[in-house]
Amino acid sequence: MALKGNLADFSTTQILNLIHLARKTGTLRLFEPVVSDEIITDGAGNKRRRIVPGEERASIAFRDGKLILAAMGDQDGHLANVLHKAGKLNAEQARIIRERGAKYSDKALALMLINANYVTQADVVRSIKQHTIDIVYDVMTWEREPFVFEENLTPPPDRITVPIDLKNVIIEGTRRAQEIKPLEEELPNLDMALKFPESPGEKFRGIHLSVDEWRVVSYINPKNSIRQIAKACNMTDTEIRRIVYALLQAGLVQLVRPPGMQAPVPAPAGAARRPVVVPPSQAIERSVVERLIQRIKES
Amino acid sequence: MPIQTVKMVVTGPFSAGKTEFIRSISEIDVVTTDETISPEAAEYGVKEQTTVAMDFGRITVDDDLVLYLFGTPGQRRFDFMWEILAEGMLGFVVMVDSAKPETFREAKSILETFRAYAPTPYVVAANKQDHPEAWSPEDLRIALRIEDHIKLLPCVATERESVKNVLLELLYSILDEMDAGQ
Repeated sequence: MALKGNLADFSTTQILNLIHLARKTGTLRLFEPVVSDEIITDGAGNKRRRIVPGEERASIAFRDGKLILAAMGDQDGHLANVLHKAGKLNAEQARIIRERGAKYSDKALALMLINANYVTQADVVRSIKQHTIDIVYDVMTWEREPFVFEENLTPPPDRITVPIDLKNVIIEGTRRAQEIKPLEEELPNLDMALKFPESPGEKFRGIHLSVDEWRVVSYINPKNSIRQIAKACNMTDTEIRRIVYALLQAGLVQLVRPPGMQAPVPAPAGAARRPVVVPPSQAIERSVVERLIQRIKES
Repeated sequence: MPIQTVKMVVTGPFSAGKTEFIRSISEIDVVTTDETISPEAAEYGVKEQTTVAMDFGRITVDDDLVLYLFGTPGQRRFDFMWEILAEGMLGFVVMVDSAKPETFREAKSILETFRAYAPTPYVVAANKQDHPEAWSPEDLRIALRIEDHIKLLPCVATERESVKNVLLELLYSILDEMDAGQ
């Protein structure tokens, strides 16, 4: 099925998380946002103009939930440029290779450069990896671009792809994107606690966390509220929010209600009034539910 | 013998298909309290009416047991009705328009609000699965961050069998909760 939407409603981070968790293969294409005359209504009943796709701005390819290649619409993703940007070729070398190597595929060109001792295989892999990640970090700061994820569309076989684990990309990209995004909306209640998901060892394997992130991780326990962890780590609300948000987005932790805490009262965007906790329903007997099931089955 | 009434709530964002859901299963014509949306909105193909206070449907089991289905208004400006409708509910269904990612955030917010009202079982109905641009239930689970033990069910609210399946799954969840509480 199609995955279409707009980053205003479903952020790049959420898309990457979805692709990572569902181990998807395909290409995410993002487009220049063009405001149309068509009016749409969001889930809260607010009306706004539909944003339709313009020119393609970026495409990001994935295989089995891993990032493998990215291209920015306004950048020349030629291998020579990528190696030049990474400092492996000087400008003149890059220019000559671009001109003379125009007819070769990336793979063939890389092989020639390696055989000619211009670069090593590791240089090529590292440069493409960095180029790909830089594009994704950039895309993660976009906020209103239309997107479509085309399942099973992958780069042509003559392109060099480097599998990159998305967890670290999500953490670092979120870290950067959050510098400009209000965290309170994403994590309104600091009285919630955190717990590790199933198989935490597996999820944390290969993860590069900062010292502050490790400090927070060391306090994670369903009995500790986020506020308590912040106090123990001597962090401000914003600092703890930033770290917890990144860990949540990467699927490394989950929010839970700490023991003794009543049902949380969320603060949905735009809702100024405070919901009242409604008393639970009167005791219903099991036989009543079974009769309802029978009735609906027969209907 | 007094008639026992059981109440279930159908909630979700604006235009998620709540009214259609109740209409498909209710044995009475659904009592709606809709108001007409502005002509401008209707011109753009958005639905022409929206629920203001609630939708109301009924399924009679027998002489002494009746199930009432209440549909909440989707628009935020009518959310004062939500907690009133949530009172005493046996469980609730969160409807999501699978083809409208612009409503996912609101769906998640509504889900959390109703969870806060009462700790009753609930299921999520991934509605409009017959739409060509519908997100799959598996993708929706990740997008909405629905925990694995919560049922997320494919749904087409205009199809009676599909609605029956969602309601039955909610009732099974209620039974499971009862068993777990014993």
